[in-house]
Amino acid sequence: MAHDTLQPDRVTSEGPLARGLLIATSLLFLLLILAMPLLAVFSEALRKGLPAFLDALKDEETFAAIRLTLLVAGISVPLNLVFGVAAAWTIAKFEFRGKAILSTLIDLPFSVSPVISGLVFVMLFGAQGYFGPLLASYGLQIIFAVPGLVLATIFVTFPFVARELIPLMQEQGNADEEAALSLGASGWQTFWHVTLPNIKWGLLYGVLLCNARAMGEFGAVSVVSGHIRGQTNTMPLQVEILYNEFNFMAAFAVAALLALLALVTLVLKSLLEYRFSAEIAASRRH
Amino acid sequence: MTAKFVKQLLTAGFVLGTLFGAAAIPARADQSLLNVSYDPTREFYKDFNAAFAEKWKTDNGETVTIETSHGGSGKQARAVIDGLAADVVTLALEADVDAIAAKTGKIPADWKSRLDNNSAPYTSTIVFLVRKGNPKGIKDWGDLVKDDVAVITPNPKTSGGARWNFLAAWAWAKQANGGDDAKAEEFVTTLYKHVPVLDTGARGATTTFVQREQGDVLLSWENEAYLALNELGAGEFEIVTPSVSIKAEPSVALVDGNVDAKGTRKVAEAYLQYLYSDVGQKLAAKHYFRPAKPELADKADLARFADVKLATIDDFGGWKEAQAKFFADGGLFDKIYQPAQ
Amino acid sequence: MTLTSSKGWQFRQPSVLPGFRWTLGFTLVWLTLIVLVPLTGLFLKSSTLGWDAFWTLALEKRTLQALKISFGTAFLAALANVVFGTLLAWVLVRYRFPGKRIIDAMVDLPFALPTAVAGIALTTLYASKGWIGSLFAPLGIKIAFTPLGIVIALVFVGLPFVVRTVQPVLEELDREVEEAAATLGANRFQTIFRVLLPGLAPAVLTGFSLAFARGVGEYGSVIFIAGNVPFKSEIAPLLIVIKLEEFNYPAATAIAAVMLLLSFGLLFVINLIQAWSRRRYGYGA
Repeated sequence: MAHDTLQPDRVTSEGPLARGLLIATSLLFLLLILAMPLLAVFSEALRKGLPAFLDALKDEETFAAIRLTLLVAGISVPLNLVFGVAAAWTIAKFEFRGKAILSTLIDLPFSVSPVISGLVFVMLFGAQGYFGPLLASYGLQIIFAVPGLVLATIFVTFPFVARELIPLMQEQGNADEEAALSLGASGWQTFWHVTLPNIKWGLLYGVLLCNARAMGEFGAVSVVSGHIRGQTNTMPLQVEILYNEFNFMAAFAVAALLALLALVTLVLKSLLEYRFSAEIAASRRH
Repeated sequence: MTAKFVKQLLTAGFVLGTLFGAAAIPARADQSLLNVSYDPTREFYKDFNAAFAEKWKTDNGETVTIETSHGGSGKQARAVIDGLAADVVTLALEADVDAIAAKTGKIPADWKSRLDNNSAPYTSTIVFLVRKGNPKGIKDWGDLVKDDVAVITPNPKTSGGARWNFLAAWAWAKQANGGDDAKAEEFVTTLYKHVPVLDTGARGATTTFVQREQGDVLLSWENEAYLALNELGAGEFEIVTPSVSIKAEPSVALVDGNVDAKGTRKVAEAYLQYLYSDVGQKLAAKHYFRPAKPELADKADLARFADVKLATIDDFGGWKEAQAKFFADGGLFDKIYQPAQ
Repeated sequence: MTLTSSKGWQFRQPSVLPGFRWTLGFTLVWLTLIVLVPLTGLFLKSSTLGWDAFWTLALEKRTLQALKISFGTAFLAALANVVFGTLLAWVLVRYRFPGKRIIDAMVDLPFALPTAVAGIALTTLYASKGWIGSLFAPLGIKIAFTPLGIVIALVFVGLPFVVRTVQPVLEELDREVEEAAATLGANRFQTIFRVLLPGLAPAVLTGFSLAFARGVGEYGSVIFIAGNVPFKSEIAPLLIVIKLEEFNYPAATAIAAVMLLLSFGLLFVINLIQAWSRRRYGYGA
């Protein structure tokens, strides 16, 4: 990236003192807001040592929760990936009326309270909901079963990929695509060979975030889950259950697993980015 | 590189999906029951379910799996109303079962008389949990409104247990003031001025008191208080039994609409009946619930319960009236927090 | 939808890029299925309350106070995140220091950690007997179980929104612009405030609005640290839950609808400002 090719000097960078101060401030902030809670989670999880930590995870219901979480994320994330790319293409590449409204509507799920995100699906598909009786007559169960969990998760993670891509694609502009098209490339070719390489890392990023949130979502999922042990509890719900059973160590062990999962995928992404940094730099510098 | 990369990403997602999709559907046992319950019963039903499954196996040769769901009583009732296929409900408040009956028609209106003891196989009461040595000298309800005392209790709007707490305080104040409702209202209003944190559930309040070390006294279910004592540090807390408390009757009911649809009526009925058997009653007492038929429980377990004068919900005119007067929208509890006009 | 074209004005500016119809169509269908239909259900339900009852509820002192607390704390938290989030993005993009990669990865933690766990962990830390809370307790500052605690939880929840929207844009920014500014005689301070920050403004605004919108509705993490005392630390989502416990769906959805309309209005205004500033500073053209 830029600092690989340029020597920092006084005109384009801050002095060492200012730099140190800025780093120190942001690190202190991170320590208070992010690192300490993380530390608290891990210290609770490892309170009785690593073997006890692993033991706490060896539980049939916890396994079931992990499987269910992977299933729900495995369905929701690809769907939102496709949506995110389409939405970003429309919004970033074209100027049209009502774009601000469309863009705001895409952000809307962020501002819906998680309690409500779950509730809307209960009101649609629950026994008292608008489609409840219809579903019941076919013996279909959406709420308090996997489909309900998936729907709530898709709703909550709806904007993530699009949100990641839109500013990036707007920054990059249309010039590359227009050039490719004028050279005779088809629309798909342009997308695959020009746009996608440019947004690749942003896309991966959005997917990772979407996935992290899909696995960690609590509020919305809690409303549509029904909390049947070993069946409709995702990992975050399992954390709550264990915590409410005063089994704090196991609760934090599962929570630590979720945090670890996120940290590992993100460090992995950083490493990939590092390995391919030359390629990325090339794609950015055109 | 890019096309491949995205393809891999997509395939990985779908493969994971189908793989775990197959795995997430559990193998069905011969029969399965879903018991939708409230928070403090987890430990009891864990033991009881095992005992019942064994009994059913020996009597009928069938394997029965009992699934459980726990959470705040009101939230659980709402889930059943919205279609959670519970065979039986074992909730904290009669009002919650009434709500299911009224909104879904899956439980007949006369459910309460279908089982012994108002369909409450075990009862409990409200006690105080204080810190070791009782530093603030809390002996009875009157001590809770002393200047430097902070009281932890959950929010009666969201917690069934908290409603029993509220009613117990009211019952004491009314008796202490010769039956004066206005005095009782005054006392309860002052009491809630001493509450710094209103958790949404009983378990949340317990952790606030025990883990966060907030407040001087926790108003708690009796069985919760014993559990906290055993699980979270014996010797760090003490239980104080007030002079007057309330008889809390958690209700159990068969969800007829669901058992008939699933064909589980026989086993579900047997399950509820078994709660009243010597095994059920013994287990209840073991988990610090006061059994409906004390003669069936172990003497040693019963000896742990302190004698306390218990008001009942009937003293308040039944749940319907109490709910409307105290906890409904604009009820007495809401008035406590209404700022001076 | 409001997006149908009609004669007399132009629906979209011409572009040589293909795929507009297809992607817009797909976006609208998916948006309708996942977001609009469910939210319409919400508004339908709240409309069963009736106009008068709706306004009585919405204008009730307690509702107003809860909305004030929710929106106020979310605003403060988003503001704090704009300052520290942008700073953090800057530090992560521009400087090298040991452990940078780990820290970069850690920023997304609030997305991954279940909100309830975050709430529990933060309460443990910021309660008067906790690691951090005990440092402030002697100064007479209570953090957990006060509105300040709500702000802390919302800062935690909203931080990645700001960092992750600002970071990629900052990476894309050409150093040449800065060099040009410097060559033209601007000092570093002027370069940052006149050249860099205006370019970052759309991203920062997006980050702000997302963090804000997310904070307004947040429930899981706040409920542990808030204290939940009516008129003091009771948030609007808790009021919704309370109405639900009373089996009063119309009232619950009505409060939700009010919150939603307010957030939508705010998000919309911010998106307009953003579009305006993008036109003005010429990005994406």
